[in-house]
Amino acid sequence: MREAAERLGGLRASLALAGLAGNGDGTRVPLGHVAADACLKGGLRTGALHEIFSAAPGHEAAATGFAATLASRLGGNRRLLWVRQDFSGLEFGEISATGFLEFGIDPSRLLLFRAADVASGLRAAADALTCAALGAVVIEIPRTPKRLDLVTSRRLTLACAQNGVSALLLRFEADPDASAAETRWLVGAGHSSAGNKNNNNKDWGYPRFDAALTRNRHGTTGHWAMEWNCDRGRFNETADHRAVVSASADRPAAEAANARQSAA
Amino acid sequence: MDRKATAQGLERGMTLADARAMLPALSVKAANETADHALLEAIAEWCDRFTPFVALLPPQSLVLDVTGAAHLFGGERAMLDLMRVSLAKQGFAIRGALAGTAGAARALAHYRDGTIVAAGEEAAAVASLPVEGLGLDAAATQAFRRAGLKTIGQIAARKRSELMARFGSAMVTALDRVLGRVENPISPRLPLPDIMAEHRFADPVVSEELVMATLDALAQSLAPVLAQRGEGARALEAAFFRADGHVRRIAIETARPVRTHEIIGRLFREKLAQLADPLDAGFGFDLIRFAATRAERSEAETVSLDAGANEDKEIAFLVDRLAARFGAQRIVCFQPNDTHIPEAAAVTQPAQYAKTGNAAWARIRKDAEAPRRPLRLFAKPEPIDATAEVPEGPPGRFCWRRVQHLVTHASGPERIAMEWWRHHEPRPTRDYFRVEDSEGRRFWLYREGLYGRETAETRWFVHGLFA
Repeated sequence: MREAAERLGGLRASLALAGLAGNGDGTRVPLGHVAADACLKGGLRTGALHEIFSAAPGHEAAATGFAATLASRLGGNRRLLWVRQDFSGLEFGEISATGFLEFGIDPSRLLLFRAADVASGLRAAADALTCAALGAVVIEIPRTPKRLDLVTSRRLTLACAQNGVSALLLRFEADPDASAAETRWLVGAGHSSAGNKNNNNKDWGYPRFDAALTRNRHGTTGHWAMEWNCDRGRFNETADHRAVVSASADRPAAEAANARQSAA
Repeated sequence: MDRKATAQGLERGMTLADARAMLPALSVKAANETADHALLEAIAEWCDRFTPFVALLPPQSLVLDVTGAAHLFGGERAMLDLMRVSLAKQGFAIRGALAGTAGAARALAHYRDGTIVAAGEEAAAVASLPVEGLGLDAAATQAFRRAGLKTIGQIAARKRSELMARFGSAMVTALDRVLGRVENPISPRLPLPDIMAEHRFADPVVSEELVMATLDALAQSLAPVLAQRGEGARALEAAFFRADGHVRRIAIETARPVRTHEIIGRLFREKLAQLADPLDAGFGFDLIRFAATRAERSEAETVSLDAGANEDKEIAFLVDRLAARFGAQRIVCFQPNDTHIPEAAAVTQPAQYAKTGNAAWARIRKDAEAPRRPLRLFAKPEPIDATAEVPEGPPGRFCWRRVQHLVTHASGPERIAMEWWRHHEPRPTRDYFRVEDSEGRRFWLYREGLYGRETAETRWFVHGLFA
């Protein structure tokens, strides 16, 4: 039964990706990764609050990348607002426009709000969530400031629901605690395909994430290796997509087909 | 020279010894030009309530262009008297005159206090003034005196060609200005607003609601004027004139021309709520002036059927709100910059001033390749301890922020030469490597300086982090 439901979710997601179906209730955006989309019942909900935690110290850039992918998926081709605090830029590096371009997100879509402190960052984010023309708002908050509590996350959730703008809370060096978020992701860097012995390519390929969906209000959780396709602006169906393709060049399926042909 | 000093027989231009001889109790202070200028500025600021066109003529004169403003104060005579009385209350004695040109008014104010001359009659009015009224240098003035020409009228009666030949064209221009024959260009102290509206209160107001309601009403009265001119405001200023002479100016800017009074009112409310130094009504404001200091051409505001245009408008409004609350520098967007130096390849720009349109971003990677530039870039590259197995190769391991990283994969180098034509000091070339460590974390490292050619000892830095 559960398998069937997963398959159905996956099918829905692929239909939505191909632009053949309105995505469910019109508020779910498929990520492209089949298993994750199945878990999410077709995709990530827009107009909701999602949390992304860096899984371990040193994985902040991976979490940043993951937040960027979700924002880009949720926002369609609308503008994105990135809210960060001044010290966060010094400590974890500034958001780089050329990096976003290479990552497959047009930097001219990006607005950056440089907050002096958590309070003004949250206020700006709350204000931005009232602007329905925005695609998504990413709020980057290192560690666990007192300001960020259950009430704040409820408030953000309400603001999201009101105008259909999605919010992504990007947390560094913090432990997940009670929140009103729709989903919660624990993200670290995934080993690139360059480490793969079969891979002769010198290039390490698309960015990979080791992403755990640890909380999902409307579905099950999961843990996957996900690969962001910078050219198509979505995740690949499976992380070892290319490995699967190359493996099947000399194998059973082809042999079976050959056998069938010779039999005919 | 004030009246008291004149009564004691003191005069301008006296030597200090003479003055001391007459008045042994005289206390002497050195002239402080800066303070004098600041005082003149303050008086000018106060005079702003009569007209926005106030110009300074240091050391001690102000020119006000009261064209079209006098009737608000009950005519020219009443206005001049009001100025005299109000300034006298503040402890200043003034001499003033009104004329069709600034040059004539200035000369009359100096020698015929209180004169009001109708336009076109300046020549007759200034005829009896002494030559000094022309404001020429001492040598020219003395030359006139020696020639027996003591009044402006006498000079004006001479042939222009004679004057031109003897004193040059500058003198003739000065004469024409005083006679009201040519306009005297003066530059206002503050840029003149394109459009303005103001509200004068019979009694000073203190209540915040009344102030806000007045602002809204002024914004509303500005809207039709803007609409008629086919313009929208890009910069607005509200000036609050306090009864005690203090003037507070609060300005906002917008990302695109606006004329809707709701938007303007909201932006001002955001700005006022966010002031570090809140608006202090003191004993109340007696005048609020609201001006569009910069207006720009804008199409009629219709509800566009094009969703994109409406979205842009909403985003612009959000940007304005954030800029009004937190400052324009806080909300920025990115523009490409034509250089291959990584930290300079993109610049941030306040989103309010940024040009909209398609920026030419150029991707470096090819299809299906990994990003060549990191998502997070350190403004200041951080030095690391790294050892390379071969001099030109990538490091095998490195230590950054006291954490050891074992490199499992590296690609590079990508050699980036610093643009020598931009800097006086040649900066060393950088060899960039993209490396992945044993945990899958990806870094952008570089080695500074070409080994053996530019430097004897190379240094390593981490410049960015890949996703």
